[in-house]
Amino acid sequence: MLNKIYDWVDERLDITPIWRDIADHEVPEHVNPAHHFSAFVYCFGGLTFFITVIQILSGMFLTMYYVPDVENAWKSVYYLQNEVAFGEIVRGMHHWGASLVIVMMFLHTLRVFFTGSYKKPRELNWIVGVLIFCVMLGLGFTGYLLPWDMKALFATKVGIEIAASVPFIGELIKVLLAGDATIIGAQTLTRFFAIHVFFLPAALFALLAAHFIMIRRQGISGPL
Amino acid sequence: MHRGKGMKFVGDSRVKANNRMVNMPKDYSEYPGKTEAFWPDFLLKEWMVGAVFLIGYLLLTVAHPSPLEGPADPTNASYIPLPDWYFLFLYQLLKYTYASGPYNVIGAIIMPGLTIGALMLMPFLDKGPERRPSKRPLPTAFMLLALAAMIFLTWESVVNHDWEAAAKQGEIKEEVDIEIDETAEGFLIFSGEQGKSCIACHGADMQGGGAAPALVGNELTAEEVAEVIKNGRGAMPAGQFAGTDEELQVLAEFIASLKAEE
Repeated sequence: MLNKIYDWVDERLDITPIWRDIADHEVPEHVNPAHHFSAFVYCFGGLTFFITVIQILSGMFLTMYYVPDVENAWKSVYYLQNEVAFGEIVRGMHHWGASLVIVMMFLHTLRVFFTGSYKKPRELNWIVGVLIFCVMLGLGFTGYLLPWDMKALFATKVGIEIAASVPFIGELIKVLLAGDATIIGAQTLTRFFAIHVFFLPAALFALLAAHFIMIRRQGISGPL
Repeated sequence: MHRGKGMKFVGDSRVKANNRMVNMPKDYSEYPGKTEAFWPDFLLKEWMVGAVFLIGYLLLTVAHPSPLEGPADPTNASYIPLPDWYFLFLYQLLKYTYASGPYNVIGAIIMPGLTIGALMLMPFLDKGPERRPSKRPLPTAFMLLALAAMIFLTWESVVNHDWEAAAKQGEIKEEVDIEIDETAEGFLIFSGEQGKSCIACHGADMQGGGAAPALVGNELTAEEVAEVIKNGRGAMPAGQFAGTDEELQVLAEFIASLKAEE
């Protein structure tokens, strides 16, 4: 049955080459922890992606309850945390995942750095990787405000002041992020929500796609 | 277009092996060793690693529920801000003389900007063919230095932060909504001349503030309340009430009656 469906689609779209590009390749010995245990350092990138997927899924469920509005944001998180079935688990996964993804991404960056894998011909992929790093930090920063509790508000105030200290365009960045030249309030919360849920994930998906296409195109870097 | 069998690719890539770029690794078939098919053999092992990782992750989630402080209150001027842990080193950097105040731009923009810029341009700064860390001492040294600085700054930030005060300032205060009978004798004493220093800390609405707890929704008996008013407790000094003993008794009974409904 499945074969028939596959054949039906393949006859029309010739999907076998796509499949070959995605999954049909050999994994070399030097990155395989089954052969050299020290090769576990090559797992960090995959784990980063794994947590990213968990972040996307748990984030989607969180938005089912979360209300991006100063009056209700904290209350909705409190309700989610204390009343909703498994709400504590879903929020917990999103909260800890945010830290773990930074840790794993950092370890992945160090692995690529110390194995010199960013060298020709992989310069572009390294740059895309650093951009992904920046987007992830941005996601962490914007997500921190959303529960609208004390630490969120005051950490964001500091963060926006730092952004405002950029020479020449600082004030513009501040108004863009906060929605107002002086107030960190309702506008800031909705903007951070939009950035956290729409703008940065869109950028992240595009960059991840580029990252993975380049990996498949160039293959993993050879042994040292 | 170049098609057909016998085409050689570099490694497991799609880049053709002829007209090979410098530095491009050799085909894996040229290395001694065992390759493994990604699908399904290697992916199955990756899933097992992922499953073990997920178990640890879930245990962490269950053991440590994610924190939630009290609702944001922009009027609170005494709150000491703290960013998420992975920004702590940047936060700490801004506390040093030449990275703060008039030099704020150095600590907030120039140093982080240079670091990210250098990281991004790494392939163009370190162009040599060597890949081993020991064979490219400068990049390795700079990265280790940056790592050490980040660890040191994070450490400094953690040991210099008053975690107890931080936990206290963020506590979720139970908002108790109790109708106060403003015609009661006890309330008249509280809001009158005798209770001036009561209001100064606990507020005219009896909701507390700063170091003073809310009076509404307390869990004390009338005797205990009288005891606290007479002798003080915690930050509250003794002998603040200026009325007579009878008034104190009435006030204590009134405050003790402000219980949250069961």
